[in-house]
Amino acid sequence: MNVTKKKKRGNLSEIFRRLKKNRLAMFGLAIVVVLLITAIFADVIAPYGYAKQHLRDAFQAPNGKYVFGTDEFGRDIFSRIVYGSRISLQVGFIAVGIAVVIGGFLGAVSGFYGGRVDNAIMRSMDILLSIPQILLAIAIAASLGPGLFNLMIAVGISSIPSYARIVRGSVLSIRNQEYVEAAKAMGSGDIRIIMKHILPNCMAPIIVQATLGVAFAILTAAGLSFIGLGIQPPVPEWGAMLSGGRGYIRDYPYMTLFPGLAIMITILALNFLGDGLRDALDPKLKR
Amino acid sequence: MLKYVVKRILSLVPVLIGVAFIVFSLLYFTPGDPARMVLGDMATEEAIEAFRETEGLNDPFIVQFGRYLYKAVTNADIGRSYMTKRPVTSEIMTVFPATLKLAAFSMFIAIILGIPFGIISAIKQYSWFDSITMIFAMVGISMPVFWLGVLLILFFSVRLSWLPSSGFDTFGAMVLPSITLAAQGVAIITRMTRSTMLEVIRQDYIRTVRAKGQKESLVIWRHALPNALIPVITIAGIQFGQLLGGAVLTESIFSIPGVGRLMVEAIKMRDFPVVQGGVLYIAVAFSLVNLLVDLIYAWIDPRIKAQYR
Repeated sequence: MNVTKKKKRGNLSEIFRRLKKNRLAMFGLAIVVVLLITAIFADVIAPYGYAKQHLRDAFQAPNGKYVFGTDEFGRDIFSRIVYGSRISLQVGFIAVGIAVVIGGFLGAVSGFYGGRVDNAIMRSMDILLSIPQILLAIAIAASLGPGLFNLMIAVGISSIPSYARIVRGSVLSIRNQEYVEAAKAMGSGDIRIIMKHILPNCMAPIIVQATLGVAFAILTAAGLSFIGLGIQPPVPEWGAMLSGGRGYIRDYPYMTLFPGLAIMITILALNFLGDGLRDALDPKLKR
Repeated sequence: MLKYVVKRILSLVPVLIGVAFIVFSLLYFTPGDPARMVLGDMATEEAIEAFRETEGLNDPFIVQFGRYLYKAVTNADIGRSYMTKRPVTSEIMTVFPATLKLAAFSMFIAIILGIPFGIISAIKQYSWFDSITMIFAMVGISMPVFWLGVLLILFFSVRLSWLPSSGFDTFGAMVLPSITLAAQGVAIITRMTRSTMLEVIRQDYIRTVRAKGQKESLVIWRHALPNALIPVITIAGIQFGQLLGGAVLTESIFSIPGVGRLMVEAIKMRDFPVVQGGVLYIAVAFSLVNLLVDLIYAWIDPRIKAQYR
């Protein structure tokens, strides 16, 4: 028992050692950490409330009092972006959580049992994949109606197929290995084998896909809010803020610049981290 | 080959039925009574009940789905818009060409730029060109379509007044939306071309070709490129679907009268048949493009044909 534990820790530090060498990945990781801190301590960091209107100070360009300026209601854009990180990260992580759990389950069952079950599940995934992902999210969100929770569900469901496929692929490559045979011979049930022996061994591709998936989920959610599905005002969501600022782009372009920048930096950081993780977890792929 | 073509076309049928099922279910389970939406708030209970009866809205789910599918296949009838009362199909068909034009134009840009950048990056791996291209590609993937669109409008329409910020009639008006939509595709195709190219030029047969003294340009163009481009074709096909999806956002930024803008307007008006109809038509278009890609694939790559001899 002790030996396997030690070995696991050895693997982790080895992975982190490889990750540390990748400067872009570390840059991504740093930004993600900063974002998490921002989201958690938004109350402390934001100088004003996200819905606090200073009507006399409407349309202020960035200045000492309002670092990123103010919007048409005199709300501080910096504070709104700080609070907005909560929404975006929540949507990103929970949507991916939904997709990983459901997609992972479907993929594991599909790969483990094979045959008709596999066929039925994978054909349904093909159907979901034949609708462009953002459109599927739009269709689901339009049906469910606006709101943070519905947004997470819409983005989550639309991401299920990619996880199902990845997990299925990994399970297929693992299920005939000796240690799985051994577990079977010792009388372990299917669920136990899947949970204890198979899933832990296909974590690497799931982690990589999930990191990139959070980026995609944030991007999709912002896109949905941009066209008016998703978060409703006055809750600050980056996509919705960007959309709201569009009407004033001629005279007050900073209203669209900062939310857009926030989205892009977040996505960029997650993508760098995801790419770096892929290389670190699978040195064979590293060129 | 014929066997493969037939098999591939037939495999489309269950997928399309599945898509119709998803679209219909979303429509069915959307809160709100369709009869009330069509007849308006002033309608009497009796009128609504009569409408539900004649339109078959009281039938079980599966019967309604069967009827929806039957009408869709025989008449291309997928319901009427709540707002205009016109058939959804004709609403969509009037605007579909604009969306296809936008997607095709962007696809063209993505291929024309993505493949050469990918090839050069692979050949000159770890050079400054490669590094800069890869960073740009990453930025391209991370750039929200709608933000890029807004930025391009800000610089080229508002500040410089070089190009119009809306419409899609003239060549000038097409430039900004196409670039906006193509950016992500360029990035993805560049990355894909680079990585498959890197894989191919490490293979033994390339070493053999080099060893026999073939000119480097011929090694790349005649021996490496054809094999490297095969996976790129698949990615390009998938990318076309992403473009059709991204068109929804691009069209609403640039006020292009396409399916995307129609859908966004319909979402605001809670005109669900039009929203789901748009999804259905785009999914069908995407499936047909993927069919085409698979056929091209089989035509280029003899290994696939061989499986169906």
